Amino acid sequence: MYIIIIGGGEIGYYLSKALLDEGHEILVLEKNSARNEFICSELGSICIQGDGCEATTLEAAGTGRADMLIAVTGDDEDNLVACQVAKYKFNVPRTIARIKNPKNEAIFKKLGIDVTVSSTNVILENIEEEVPTHPLTHLLTIRDKGLEIIEIKIPPESATVGKTVKELSLPSESILSLIISEERKPRVPTALTVIQAEDQIIAVTSPESEEALRIALRGA
Amino acid sequence: MKVVIMGCGRVGAQLAALLDSEGHKVAILDTDDYSFQRLPSAFSGTALLGNGTDEDILKRAGIEEADVFVAVTQGDNRNVMAAQIAKHMFNVPKVICRIYDPLRRELYSTLGLEAFSPTTIFAQILKEKIES
Repeated sequence: MYIIIIGGGEIGYYLSKALLDEGHEILVLEKNSARNEFICSELGSICIQGDGCEATTLEAAGTGRADMLIAVTGDDEDNLVACQVAKYKFNVPRTIARIKNPKNEAIFKKLGIDVTVSSTNVILENIEEEVPTHPLTHLLTIRDKGLEIIEIKIPPESATVGKTVKELSLPSESILSLIISEERKPRVPTALTVIQAEDQIIAVTSPESEEALRIALRGA
Repeated sequence: MKVVIMGCGRVGAQLAALLDSEGHKVAILDTDDYSFQRLPSAFSGTALLGNGTDEDILKRAGIEEADVFVAVTQGDNRNVMAAQIAKHMFNVPKVICRIYDPLRRELYSTLGLEAFSPTTIFAQILKEKIES
């Protein structure tokens, strides 16, 4: 694939390196001449000095034949504009923007950006996974369906221990998909499955029902 | 009318003062509180410190009830982003933004933004002056 990367900072550099290793054709656009020289000396002549939000620069970079454009500068607004120019002027099929303010995820989506990566959310999700006492972990978001896959651990003192799935008052937009017991044995839950202490429950839910699901499984 | 202006530079401050003196309800945003010194002492509107590309700051400036949003910071991309947020997320009836880069202005005009390029306009005025 021909991939254009906007922004040759640390993220842009390591991203280019990884994508080059995977065999892709890469072009980096970077405003700063020192960064531009650094990338060219490290990775070969894959970097052009210029503003990736300018149509003329993108034209010279052959954006018209690009399969993907990834904007990873440090400014959300620059990433938005680079992706929009690529999408609406050069018809790039797939645009990806890095964002810092997690709220921009919804805005960028509405403004036509295909994928957003929020560094803040990625760090937050990793922290949630690393902190074992956290009651609820987000495993995956199914964006176009507005659903998420989450994991909830049942503490021994929970009121739901010993109850069957049928007895739980689960929100209608949540489905328990898998229960992994303490002995690492996964089971697909039925109405008669009994909840045990230390069970890890994998569930599909809408974000709105997340809190109700947590309460139904662990108590308030 | 309720007007939210983003960017309290010379143009932003001048516009805010004009609208305020005519009795409109004006809120002006800037990331640097020093820039509010450009506002006249008689200014009775709201001057708010913050970034207009941030939804929360726009809400604080009263974007939800605004009739007009104007983006006139020094950054084309900031103007473009804030204007699109005002138009598409908050459905502000009239949204105007400044884009210095003529090519970028052209693109965003075709995408439905009311955008002006001072570069093109001023170059045109100069040309007419020279030729007259």
